[in-house]
Amino acid sequence: MEFSFDLLLEAVVFGVLLGCFYAAVSIGLSVSFGLLDVPHVAHPALIVFGSYCTWFVARYGLDPILAGVVLMPLFFLLGVAIYRFYYETFEKRGTEAGVRGIAFFFGVALIIEVGLILIFGVDQRTVEAAYIGKSLELGDMRIPLRFLVAFGVAVVLMAGLTLYLAKTFTGRAIKAVAQDEPALRLMGADPVRIKQWAFGIATATASLAGALLIVIGPVDPGLDRTYIGRTFSVVVLAGLGSMTGTLAAGLILGITESIVLMQFGASWAPAVAFGLLLLVLGVRPQGLFGR
Amino acid sequence: MISRRTMLAVASSITLAVFSGISLAQGPVKVGMSMPQTGSLGAGGKAALLALQIWVEDVNKRGGLLGRKVDFIVYDDQTNPALTPSIYTKLLDVDKVDLLIAPYGTVPTAPIMPLVKQRGLLLMGNFSFQANRAVRHDMWFNNAPWNDARSWSQGFFEAAEKLGGAKTIAFLAADQEFAQNLANGAKQIAKSKDLKTVYEQNYPPATVDFSSMIRAVRAAKPDIVYVMSYPNDSVAIIRAVNEIGVGSQVKLFGGGMVGLQFTPIMESLGHLLNGIVNYNSYVPGVKYPGIEEFLKRYSERAAKEKVDPLGFYLPPFNYAIGQILEQAVAATKSLDHKTLAAWLHKNEVNTIVGPIRWDANGEWENPRVIMAQFRGVADKNVEQFRQPSKQVVLFPPQFKTGEVMGPFEKVRK
Repeated sequence: MEFSFDLLLEAVVFGVLLGCFYAAVSIGLSVSFGLLDVPHVAHPALIVFGSYCTWFVARYGLDPILAGVVLMPLFFLLGVAIYRFYYETFEKRGTEAGVRGIAFFFGVALIIEVGLILIFGVDQRTVEAAYIGKSLELGDMRIPLRFLVAFGVAVVLMAGLTLYLAKTFTGRAIKAVAQDEPALRLMGADPVRIKQWAFGIATATASLAGALLIVIGPVDPGLDRTYIGRTFSVVVLAGLGSMTGTLAAGLILGITESIVLMQFGASWAPAVAFGLLLLVLGVRPQGLFGR
Repeated sequence: MISRRTMLAVASSITLAVFSGISLAQGPVKVGMSMPQTGSLGAGGKAALLALQIWVEDVNKRGGLLGRKVDFIVYDDQTNPALTPSIYTKLLDVDKVDLLIAPYGTVPTAPIMPLVKQRGLLLMGNFSFQANRAVRHDMWFNNAPWNDARSWSQGFFEAAEKLGGAKTIAFLAADQEFAQNLANGAKQIAKSKDLKTVYEQNYPPATVDFSSMIRAVRAAKPDIVYVMSYPNDSVAIIRAVNEIGVGSQVKLFGGGMVGLQFTPIMESLGHLLNGIVNYNSYVPGVKYPGIEEFLKRYSERAAKEKVDPLGFYLPPFNYAIGQILEQAVAATKSLDHKTLAAWLHKNEVNTIVGPIRWDANGEWENPRVIMAQFRGVADKNVEQFRQPSKQVVLFPPQFKTGEVMGPFEKVRK
């Protein structure tokens, strides 16, 4: 189609909203994979699980975003349990844990997906809220409110996590365990407990990200496959473990996808994530914000 | 001495025993299929299944097929085309079914077409669109009221002509078998009517959000928007249209949106449907002998079994599949697939969706695709759809109940 500056501006605005949403669904992975070095390929499946839990709770009249927040402590405990199991069965046993860990987390993802199919079936689920189905008019531009809400929540989530990691003792300990685990041990802290805590936080973010996912659109049990490439691309593009980088990478991915969709077609948009990933790995393997 | 009465009783008993023995030895006639009962087409599939179950009960009350009880074997394919070849292999090799019905929908049907052609089997099509176009299997008979892409889209383009002044068109189509077949035909018609294509988008089947595409449609300023989508996409597209808008110049919107015929989707979209002109198979007001009586029976059962309460779209046509098989078997006194196919090619069959005769490719010789416009639809009210005024029939002429209204954004309000 013909090039238009108005459409380009809309694509960029929409890309920013989409990018923040991508960053929100990737930030948990940025902690678990980026900081803790755990090959957590089940993170998108946990997000979809979060969407279904949100749907279940929202049926009782709770706002979907609020439902996601309410579910965060439960997801934290779930994350702690998953990490403990992973640590005892894989990580503790040596350096090959990484490779075997991928198989473990693929298994977790499959169990979640099949479990959701068995309980809820393969039908799509949606939620209702006052901000779904309405839009904000800015001149000729119409922005769906659901994207604006997701944008706002994503920004708060990322700002909160960044502040937590920078300003609190446990947050700094999580960063330390990523940089030098033996040094942390010498200082009297237990790296396994710190990692367990961090993994719990990463999984808790999946609950809120799941709520955002179902606010943005309908979910089905296999939706994690759509997001697995995107989330890993954002984390690697950002530079492993960089929270600011995750936001920047999410924005780059969102804006690029939006422009590609506008100019070249919807079929090309999914290829953007992997294209960017290959480009970054070739030019700057440590990622945009990695050291 | 044995009396005549005793002799008769003994003879009758022996005769009965012999014949019932034969019946037992032959066993029931097995009719098998896969039906999407979950997934994107699940809402329609469950309703269609209920109609077929009603036919099985009816035919068994009439004594079955060739005096043998009909057993109905069904598996859920989850609207997943990857599952249908293995399901049909199981139906044929493990369940040893006598007659086959295709799953509902083009996408789940397409993968089994080579299998049935290779094995020379009769396959009753179930609302597929041009599933037999490439395979050209001469034992395929579709129950859907369409033929080629022109037969499907003709009503939509005639409605556009009635509104007048349309010069440009936008196409939005799912990147899969059904939508692409339909899109190719629609593009040819648009070309023949000198409509300039200003936007064309084939989206991947896993697309969740359509905001970007609807923004692009709006920017392209088309006069007509032709959408070819599957149920989940249709819902997401209509929601995005509601949020973003398609522009006040759009005269006509819709065409080939699957899902807008399913009651749960119609109920959930409510007023968002208003103004859309879309295809259908049956809407209230269309007269076919026996259809109203069937729908009354269906509605009673649907309420108990919690499936599509109205059942306008698929159930009558699925009941018709049973009627077609029943008439062919009764006429030929055979379950041989070649014999049945030969009879179906030569004869017209009377069903609750009217008389059906097939062309050489197994599609309806006289297609009757309905193009109807949603009007005055309110939110959360299933019963309103029983009123003919909620879906005004624009095409074909013999069923017409009103004139098309436009432009789209105006009719929506």
